[in-house]
Amino acid sequence: MSKIIPSVAKLLAGNTVTKVGAPVATTSSAKYSTKSEASFEIKPYKLHKLEKGPATTATLTSEDALKLYEQLAILRRIETASGNLYREKIIRGFCHLYSGQEAVAVGMRAAMRDVDTVITAYRCHGWTYLMGASVLGVLSELTGRRTGVSRGKGGSMHLYAKNFYGGNGIVGAQVPLGAGIGFAHKYKGDGGVNFALYGDGAANQGQLYEAYNMAKLWDLPCVFVCENNGYGMGTSMERSSASTDYYSRGDYIPGIWVDGMDVLATREATKFCIDWCTSGKGPLVMEMETYRYSGHSMSDPGTSYRTRDEIQEVRQTRDPITSYKDKILSNELATPDQLKEIDAKVRQEVDDATKQAKVEPEIGVEELAGDIYVDCVDPVIRGVIPSAPLQHISVAQRN
Amino acid sequence: MASLVTKKSVLLARLVKNVGDCTKRLSSHFIYYPDNEKPVEGETTKMNMMQAINNAMDLTLKNDPTAVLFGEDVAFGGVFRCALGLQEKYGKDRVFNTPLCEQGIAGFGIGLATAGATAIAEIQFADYIFPAFDQIINEAAKVRYRSGGQFDCGALTIRTPCSAVGHGGLYHSQSPEAFFAHVPGLRVVVPRGPITAKGLLLSCIREKDPCVFLEPKILYRSAAEEVPVEDYTIPLGKAQVLREGDAATLIGWGTQVHVLLEVAQIAEEKLGVKCDVIDLQSILPWDEDTVCNSVKKTGRCLIAHEAPLTSGFGAELAATIQEECFLHLEAPISRVTGWDAPFPHVFEPFYLPDKWRCYQSLTEMLNY
Ligand SMILES: Cc1ncc(C[n+]2csc(CCOP(=O)(O)OP(=O)(O)O)c2C)c(N)n1
Ligand SMILES: [Mg+2]
Repeated sequence: MSKIIPSVAKLLAGNTVTKVGAPVATTSSAKYSTKSEASFEIKPYKLHKLEKGPATTATLTSEDALKLYEQLAILRRIETASGNLYREKIIRGFCHLYSGQEAVAVGMRAAMRDVDTVITAYRCHGWTYLMGASVLGVLSELTGRRTGVSRGKGGSMHLYAKNFYGGNGIVGAQVPLGAGIGFAHKYKGDGGVNFALYGDGAANQGQLYEAYNMAKLWDLPCVFVCENNGYGMGTSMERSSASTDYYSRGDYIPGIWVDGMDVLATREATKFCIDWCTSGKGPLVMEMETYRYSGHSMSDPGTSYRTRDEIQEVRQTRDPITSYKDKILSNELATPDQLKEIDAKVRQEVDDATKQAKVEPEIGVEELAGDIYVDCVDPVIRGVIPSAPLQHISVAQRN
Repeated sequence: MASLVTKKSVLLARLVKNVGDCTKRLSSHFIYYPDNEKPVEGETTKMNMMQAINNAMDLTLKNDPTAVLFGEDVAFGGVFRCALGLQEKYGKDRVFNTPLCEQGIAGFGIGLATAGATAIAEIQFADYIFPAFDQIINEAAKVRYRSGGQFDCGALTIRTPCSAVGHGGLYHSQSPEAFFAHVPGLRVVVPRGPITAKGLLLSCIREKDPCVFLEPKILYRSAAEEVPVEDYTIPLGKAQVLREGDAATLIGWGTQVHVLLEVAQIAEEKLGVKCDVIDLQSILPWDEDTVCNSVKKTGRCLIAHEAPLTSGFGAELAATIQEECFLHLEAPISRVTGWDAPFPHVFEPFYLPDKWRCYQSLTEMLNY
């Protein structure tokens, strides 16, 4: 990792606004595309208490180009399916879509290593997939079925996967957990870094600042990632935050502002963060400027506190998928046919999982009293009819 | 042991069947019984509970120039729209959004109220009140006591939506009244519908002690009745007897009152017995006289709440009732409640103390 950073660091463009660079043509090896690699300029980062930031030029191989495209597409598709399932009343309760923000998760994941960990809030469907859950595992959790990643007991906000410490329903609560997970990485010496994600609204919860302080005090390998999508529910960031420079709100923690609509920017910035944290320099704050297309949750049409024009404008000019697609096509890293093929594959996969998520059975009512404790001292769980308690059972496999 | 197990599983099977029959997944688990009696004479308008709460706050802002209303997204009405239109009417300096910071909201409200303003704070969901727990328990409840009566934050009312809504899952369904009922210095109030919501909220706002006002969110829109348009209050610390009888006393609050009203009706139709149904309304302090007089009359008592059994507020009621009414009791006091489990996403119908579970407990109690 550290090998990448110094070599690209000298390409740092400072504060000058750079345009998308000309592709660097190399020999073709991929199946259909004409180039095997191209490099791209990244919109300048804003830095807080950092002399050098992440690489401002990113190299992309045609192979990676397709992989990133597929992940972006599948995240979007999962959310479209979730929205439809919700409208069909098959998903009930709360459901928060990630559409518009895909480049944050996909770019970060592309830079992360197997040892790294993530924790986020309730906008967690895409992250769960990227961390290794199947599309069915995600969608059937949303529909409350046994094949769901949490056996249907959590629902939309409570998805988990290996090294993915979950979606979290209490705004801000996940951030101190991230500091704790970061401490565990350091203590165990496993070289891992924790990424704790939260929104621009959550950035005003007091516990974030408690977490910042602990992380810096003990120099934990921990990156606080603010996904700034402009709104916390119906409140715009200007109306909720005395400072909207979220990347600088760690004060004594260095910070980076990143264009969260550019998957290459988020990837390069994350590489930089991993390098920083693994070299023992302590935590970072990373602000990803992004946008959510849907309302806050399915019950919010999302148009009473912002204009339809605003949403349209972002879709047309900054969409993380369309803009990336244009980039890889114009740089000949992929052909339209290849992307169409991916689109079809993604559609098939998500459609199949959607169908399956509707017909999978729910868990039995005996699991209502499952996994409340590791071993329940009193094996019965009381309530409702005192004469008919439920037996406490252990459902999860223990190691 | 073996027979015990079979008995349990038969009961469980019956329970599951009942739930399957009567609460198709996610449809509401109760019938709303509107209030027919008006607390005051005069003009009425049909309002749902959201509108009645809006009306109470509107009257407060109109008549009390020190009153302010704040909370997450309150400027455009709040997620349940209880504050709808109030910012336009009373201005941005009196009705405003706060950032997303419950501990800060509560502490800010305490300071504001201590300095003399009427502070109405909205916490978006009762499940999100826990970041504010310290401020409510250690500051709000104790200011008067620890300052020897020199300071108080009695002009603070914290409103928050609570309880099951049909599909809320872990963090949009909890009923935290018992946590707050453990704290001397607070008042805890839960309305059962529009008329009581307006009258009790106005009482809380004017009460000179800090109040936690828990609004069963499923009633915001589903409960509608003719509400007096003028200003009126309903006394705090008083329960209401909604239906009278001599066979048993059924006690609940919030949504559960409606479940118990239906249980009493079923018992009358099927068994020919009549029950007292009591809406406790005020959880802290609660109306010991009304409750104990009723239990002395009936000799049997069933308490039902959505919150889990262990250390639920039913435990406090049961302990006091057995102490006060011991020689009158014909059967053990029965509690029908949520399970001692987190509120599950897929099992809401199984979790709730619905009418069939209450009815079963009632018949067991009558046959004791
Ligand atoms: C402690 C707490 N308070 C309030 C809420 C209700 N709530 C859920 S999401 C949200 C807005 C959060 O906005 P932001 O952090 O910007 O994240 P985004 O939804 O934009 O991803 C609010 C107020 C909650 N879940 N938890
Ligand atoms: Mg946001």
